[in-house]
Amino acid sequence: MHEISLCESLLKVIEDSASQQNFSQVKTVWLELGRFSCVEPDAMRFSFDVVMKGTLADGARLELLELPARVWCSKCLKDVEIQQRYDACPSCGDYRLQISGGEEMRIKELEVV
Amino acid sequence: MCTVCGCGEGEATIEGHEHHHHHHEEGHSHSHADGHGDHNHDYGQGAARAHAPGLSQTRMVQIEQDILSKNNQYADANRRYFSEHGILSLNLVSSPGSGKTTLLTATVLALLDQTPVAVIEGDQQTALDADRIRKSGARAVQINTGKGCHLDAHMVGHAVQDLKLQHGSALFIENVGNLVCPAAFDLGEAAKVVILSVTEGADKPLKYPDMFHAASLMILNKIDLLPYVDFDVAACCDYARRINPGIRIIQLSATTGEGMETWLGWIRAHLEIAKTGVNVPGENS
Repeated sequence: MHEISLCESLLKVIEDSASQQNFSQVKTVWLELGRFSCVEPDAMRFSFDVVMKGTLADGARLELLELPARVWCSKCLKDVEIQQRYDACPSCGDYRLQISGGEEMRIKELEVV
Repeated sequence: MCTVCGCGEGEATIEGHEHHHHHHEEGHSHSHADGHGDHNHDYGQGAARAHAPGLSQTRMVQIEQDILSKNNQYADANRRYFSEHGILSLNLVSSPGSGKTTLLTATVLALLDQTPVAVIEGDQQTALDADRIRKSGARAVQINTGKGCHLDAHMVGHAVQDLKLQHGSALFIENVGNLVCPAAFDLGEAAKVVILSVTEGADKPLKYPDMFHAASLMILNKIDLLPYVDFDVAACCDYARRINPGIRIIQLSATTGEGMETWLGWIRAHLEIAKTGVNVPGENS
């Protein structure tokens, strides 16, 4: 359940942002999650509700934006999209792939009061 | 409260420490602005970007920040400390029961006459592993994560302060036995080393790809048991390289000592790199 820890880190970022940007309540949190980020969306939603209880983000809505997993194929010399870490390049079948996107766990923006 | 970073009390404990670790206890997050001050009320940037003055009191705040940015800041501080003190830090990750602590004990015994060695032991409960390591002669500190499933860079930073490491030390951080969560948390280590034993499934690299992708080195342990188990070494190595084409693989048995020299050679080479201040090649830190 490291989603709990992730939500605690998320809360810390929100709290820091609250004192810098003068807001007291958070209505919505937009979170970008890469397909290869170590986050299970359902566990994240559950943890979010639990961790935010009694804080400035109590009852806030969590919007998850999934980002695709992109890799650089050193044989095709181009960026391709894959679904799983163990996938081969969909064009040439090679496994020598460098991940170029899809590991993001980024707080995009907040709707605040 | 912790005087170093102001952290409050909570679940995680570091052996010998009075203070506990947990980042968010009830009651320390509510001292923010009340929303009625003279600060920015921009009604023109509602959720749908609709300009509707007076209708909505909400506004949008751009954050664009990694969730783990706090952990990563602590990890950077640890990495800087290791670099300044010529310390090689390795983050050892595996399932429970892969033989991590046995491997670590054998490694400590082999290195200790030439190299200062220290160990940070992470477990949910008990100081049994730190006791085991101390018997082999190394300095060790236990972190109990309580309900937590992984070590984070903040806990490790505190443990490092306690250890007062000598210049040129090898520091082994034995993470909580878990192939999932520790993959996401940078501790400031030079490399993650994933340990897999031949009593487990050969397809684990495919089942837990995040960890095998994050690791620089895979150790295949307990190879003395290969005659008695159905484990396809070639397939396992192939799976690991599918996930991580650059991963190094060392086969060994911590019990019989077979293959240990290769592992010790790898450590000594990386220790030299740590002491001379050159980054570990291929590390994605």
